[in-house]
Amino acid sequence: MEHNIDNKPVMIEMNQVNKWYDDYHALDNINLKVRKGERMVICGPSGSGKSTLIRTINRLEEHQYGQIIVEGVEMTPDVKKIHEIRKEVGMVFQQFNLFPHLTVLNNITLSPVWERNIPKKEAEQTALELLERVGILEQANKYPGQLSGGQQQRVAIARALAMKPKIMLFDEPTSALDPEMIKEVLDVMRELAIGGMTMMVVTHEMVFAREVADTMVFMDAGKIVEKSTPKEFFSNPKEERTRQFLNQILNN
Amino acid sequence: MKTIVEPYHGDRPPILKSGALNWMKNNLFSPWYNAVLTVVTAALVYILVTPLWRWAVTDACFGTTPDVCKGSHGACWAFIQDMWPVFMVGTYPSDQRWRVALAAGMVLLLIIATLFRALRKKRLLHLLWILSPAVIFILVRGGETFHLQYVPSTQWGGLMLTVFLSLVSMIFAFPLSVLLALGRQSDMPVIRSVSVAYIELVRGVPLISILFMASVVLPLFFPPEMEFSKIMRAMVGITLFFAAYLAENIRGGLQGLARGQYEAADALGLGYWKKMGFIILPQALRIVLPPMVNNFIGILKDTSLVGIIGLIDLLQVAFAATSNPKWLGKIEEAYLFVALFYWIMCYSLSKFSRILEERYQL
Ligand SMILES: Nc1ncnc2c1ncn2[C@@H]1O[C@H](COP(=O)(O)OP(=O)(O)OP(=O)(O)O)[C@@H](O)[C@H]1O
Ligand SMILES: [Mg+2]
Repeated sequence: MEHNIDNKPVMIEMNQVNKWYDDYHALDNINLKVRKGERMVICGPSGSGKSTLIRTINRLEEHQYGQIIVEGVEMTPDVKKIHEIRKEVGMVFQQFNLFPHLTVLNNITLSPVWERNIPKKEAEQTALELLERVGILEQANKYPGQLSGGQQQRVAIARALAMKPKIMLFDEPTSALDPEMIKEVLDVMRELAIGGMTMMVVTHEMVFAREVADTMVFMDAGKIVEKSTPKEFFSNPKEERTRQFLNQILNN
Repeated sequence: MKTIVEPYHGDRPPILKSGALNWMKNNLFSPWYNAVLTVVTAALVYILVTPLWRWAVTDACFGTTPDVCKGSHGACWAFIQDMWPVFMVGTYPSDQRWRVALAAGMVLLLIIATLFRALRKKRLLHLLWILSPAVIFILVRGGETFHLQYVPSTQWGGLMLTVFLSLVSMIFAFPLSVLLALGRQSDMPVIRSVSVAYIELVRGVPLISILFMASVVLPLFFPPEMEFSKIMRAMVGITLFFAAYLAENIRGGLQGLARGQYEAADALGLGYWKKMGFIILPQALRIVLPPMVNNFIGILKDTSLVGIIGLIDLLQVAFAATSNPKWLGKIEEAYLFVALFYWIMCYSLSKFSRILEERYQL
C-alpha cells in the first residue's frame, strides 16, 4: 500500500516532548511529524512509552515540556483548545471502553448529537452506515456486554469515526482479542487506511504493519530509537536495539 | 455400579417431583441436621410468639371507648381505633382532615398509575407527578386564595409530618450530594477543599446537634421578617446532614468506575457536564443504589429526632396520645402501631430499590 505523503500538510507535530510520571521519565525529547494520510505504526517493548506518546496527542496525558501541535492548534492547558482537538482526534483503546449502559447505537450517536449538534435522526443514519461498514449492522440495538470482543472493538472504531475525525489513534486495538477476532478488526483498520485516514497505530501485529504502514517508529525507554519505512525497518534495521526487538517478536 | 440412562427425547426439561410435601422433605428435613434446626427454630418461634399472640389477639379488646379495656390483660386496640387519625395527622384540625386524606389518595392513585407499564411513559403522568408537591402543599396548607381554611404548619404532625420531612429531605439531599461528590473529585482546588471540608465537618457531628443548630442558628442568617417555620428548619438540617453521607456513597461509585470510561468520554470530546451526566453518573449511581437506599431508610427513621426541636412527628404523637387522660399509659399499643408504620415505609423503600436494581442491572 505504498503512497506518497511527502508533500501533504503536517497534521501532528511533536517538538522535544517530555513527560514524567513523578520522577519517571516516560517520554524523552520526542520529535515527530505525521502528515495527512500518513499511517504510522509505533512498536517497542512493554513500558517503552508507546501508550503515553499517543495519549499526549489528545491530552489524556499531559506533557510537561515541549510542543504538540495538532492541525495547527498548539496543545496548551486551555480547556477549550483541548476540547477542539479531541473532537478532531478519534481514539481506540485496547480495552474498547464502550459505555456498558448504552446500546451500540447510542454509544455511537451520543457525542455527535451532543457535541457536534447533529440532529438525532441524521446521527443515527450515519451510525447505521458506520456499523454496516464495520460489518455489524445487526447488533445496533444490543448492549456492549452482549457482543464478542471483536464486535465491541469494531463498535469502538465506529464510535470514534462518527465524530468524523481527521486523525485516528489506536492503542493496541487487538491485544485484548482472541486470535480469530484479530483479523476482523485489522480488516476494518485496513479499509480505513485505504480510505486515506491519518492513523497512528500502536501494535505488535507486524504483518499488518509491513503491509499498511508508511512509517515505522521503534521506541525504547521513552525515546524514539528508530524511524523509517517498513521496507528498511524490517529488512535492514539500523539500530542494534531494533534488531533485538524484531528478532524477539518475529520469532514468536 | 453402572445404570443404563436412556437418551432424553422431550423438547422441555423433565418435570421433577414437586409439591409441598416434597419441598418440605428436601428443604426442611434432610439431611438430619436440617431436621434438628427446623424443629428447634419452630419451638423457639412458638415460645416467643404465643404470649404476643395472646396479648395482641386472644385477650385484646376492640371498640372505641376506654371502658371496653377495663380489667383486661390484653392489648387495648380501642385506643388505636379511637386515636388513629391523630397518629396520621397530629393536631391538624379534625374537620379539615379530609384534605390530607384527599392528598394521600391522589398520591396513591399516581403510584398505582405508575405501576402500569403502559402509562409510565405518558407525558401527562410525568406532569402530574411534577405538579403533585405544589398541589399537596396547597391542599394541606390552604389559605384565603384557595378558599380553604388556613392550617399553619405548627398544626402539621403525625405520619404526615414524618413523610413530609423524609421526602423533602431525600429530594433535596440527592442533587446536593451529587454536587458534593463531584466537587470532591474536582480538579479545581477551591471546589475540592470546600466539598471536603463540608463533608468532613457535617459527618463529624450528630444529627441532633445539626437540628439544634438549624433551629437556632438558621434564622440569624436571614432578615427577621423572613419567617422560618420549625418544619422548614428541620428539613434544612436533615437535608444538609444527609447530603454529606450520600455524597460519600456516590463518591464510592465514581471511584468504582473503570478509568477507561472517563478516558473514552474525554477522547470523544464530551465536555465535563455531558461526560458526568451521560456516562459517569448513570453508571456510578447504579453501583451505589443499595447503599443509597440504605441512606434513605436512615433519613426516614432519623426524622424521629425532630421531636427534640418540638415537632410532633409520628413518634412524638405516640407520646402525646398516651398522655391523653382518656387513654393514659397505653404506650405498648402506641409503640407497636408506630413501629408498624415505620416498618411498612422502610420495607417499601427497600422493595422499591430491589426492583430498580433488577431493572437497571449493568
Ligand atoms: N499513570 C501512570 N503513573 C505512573 N507511571 C506510569 C503511568 N502510566 C504509565 N506509567 C509508566 O510509564 C512507562 C511507559 O508506559 P506506557 O504505558 O506508555 O508503556 P507502553 O509502551 O504503552 O507499554 P505496553 O506495551 O505495556 O502498553 C511505564 O514504565 C509505566 O510503568
Ligand atoms: Mg500501552
